[in-house]
Amino acid sequence: MTRDDQPVILCDGLAKSFTVRHPAGLLRRRRAEVVAVDGVSFTVGAGEMVGYLGPNGAGKSTTIKMITGILTPSGGRVETLGLTPIRQRTELARRIGVVFGQRTQLWWDLPLADSFELLHHVYRTGRRRHDENLAAFVDLLGMGPFLATPVRQLSLGQRMRGELTAALLHDPALVVLDEPTIGLDVVSKQAVRDFLVALNRDRGTTVLLTTHDLDDVERLCERMMIIDHGHVIHDGGVAAFKTAYGTHRTVVVDLVEPAPPLEVKATTVTGVDGPRQWLSFDRRQTTAAEVVARIVAVAAVHDLSIEEPEIEDLVRRVYTGLAADPASPG
Amino acid sequence: MAEALSLLRSYRRLVGAKIRSDWQYRASFLLFLLSQTAITALDLVVIVVLFDVVPSIGGWDITEVAVLYGLSGLSFGLGDLFISQVETIAVHVRQGEFDRFLLRPLPTIMQLSATEFALRRIGRTVPGAATLVVALVAADVDWTVGRILLVPVTVASGTAIFGAVWVVTASISFWTVGAREVANSFTYGGGFAHQYPLHVYARWVRTLLGWIVPMAFVAYVPAVRLLDAPNPLGLPDWLAYAPPFVAVASVVVARAVWAAGIRAYQSTGS
Repeated sequence: MTRDDQPVILCDGLAKSFTVRHPAGLLRRRRAEVVAVDGVSFTVGAGEMVGYLGPNGAGKSTTIKMITGILTPSGGRVETLGLTPIRQRTELARRIGVVFGQRTQLWWDLPLADSFELLHHVYRTGRRRHDENLAAFVDLLGMGPFLATPVRQLSLGQRMRGELTAALLHDPALVVLDEPTIGLDVVSKQAVRDFLVALNRDRGTTVLLTTHDLDDVERLCERMMIIDHGHVIHDGGVAAFKTAYGTHRTVVVDLVEPAPPLEVKATTVTGVDGPRQWLSFDRRQTTAAEVVARIVAVAAVHDLSIEEPEIEDLVRRVYTGLAADPASPG
Repeated sequence: MAEALSLLRSYRRLVGAKIRSDWQYRASFLLFLLSQTAITALDLVVIVVLFDVVPSIGGWDITEVAVLYGLSGLSFGLGDLFISQVETIAVHVRQGEFDRFLLRPLPTIMQLSATEFALRRIGRTVPGAATLVVALVAADVDWTVGRILLVPVTVASGTAIFGAVWVVTASISFWTVGAREVANSFTYGGGFAHQYPLHVYARWVRTLLGWIVPMAFVAYVPAVRLLDAPNPLGLPDWLAYAPPFVAVASVVVARAVWAAGIRAYQSTGS
């Protein structure tokens, strides 16, 4: 039913506003309209892996709930796998997998393996396909040692591997993950990321994930969307994002002895710590080589390195409205 | 049909899982089972004590009232066992857990019934079932094929009617939280009220709890015919065969209200 040219997710002017009631006097309540998502348009094609970012309350979860059939849009159009999410709820549910990092869909008091068996009956997947998938996921995620452990006794990392499996046993064409790595240790985080990469590569599963961890995005996604105040404010490649927003580089120099901030053409000193100084420059105006040459010409340099901008800083700049070309770096 | 059977299999699995989970806390399970049985049987004690003082209630003797108790108690117990779980929707909505039900390819009421299934509630069906059997044997019933069939059909219809009332009242939680007390006065209150002949109540109670909320069809209406009991309301004979139709109508209404509730949830969010 899903043709190759048909987008997996299609949002067209998607909007959602909630009516909240505030007490106003003893019995009367004032109604106020809160706009959570305000005209979001994007499409996600088959096999894409997209990071969906935004500060808390930006409208990330609301968008996801409209895509997966939990919430009815108050405006615009949404289509997921060619289906209308709410109207075709059960059909859609059979074909998508959803992981909410902070909520479990496993049976708390039963062994992990029992949850998987139950999901086989919930989704009514074919026995062979279920067994094959389960074996593959147990192997990929190293779940063998804790399959017989009740879910309530699993560590967060172990549980998250279970959640991923639970969302994927029925071979969904699209998997939506809300904060899949939140609170995980380094090892589990890596396991989850490797797994998602393998899933996308080997099965062509389309992945949409929200996260606050930009490492997730850098390592997993070729495309990132940033939403703020209900609007998509960036949609493009991670590399393109860095090019567009990461116009500044920093040269870190260790001088032979402490000195007042260096005055070098086309740079700004953003920090001084003893003999170490940070000089920021706009790579559209000059090059690292030129900056280094100028520094060496005016000071005795012991050591020197160039820092790439952290994607965190860039996103923070976008959130705080500092936009693409900040007047002063840092 | 195949779809229904397949759903039933899924339901059985989910209920089985819940029973296995609960069985890990078996001391509390058994304690609850006993207390539920005992509390439910208390209503029966009240009836016995009452008949120690008066010879009849509204012209009905103790065996006849016991049949009423049995029919409404058993239907209520079965509804309680399979459907009353919908009440927990208030908690699920408040904690934002209802989303999970919407993400699974099964009917939401069925998922709630299975995930909140409490086998200990079977204790509530025991006094009703036992009393029904004993009272029907003791009562002077002129057994015909029609009357024999009337008993299981009445219990099944009664269960469906109670279930429908539960679903409608639980649906209120989609619009407003904290309406559970109102809901309980219909379900638990209704269950209790229909242990006595309907005609002993004031007209407005009869109208509300008997015909508008059609619980008269759970026990009273079929019992009049079954027992040839005093019939001061002058109900026609054919009405005794109405329960299955009333049950179907109630279920249709309940499903519509529930669906409207889900739509309200989906447009207001968690």
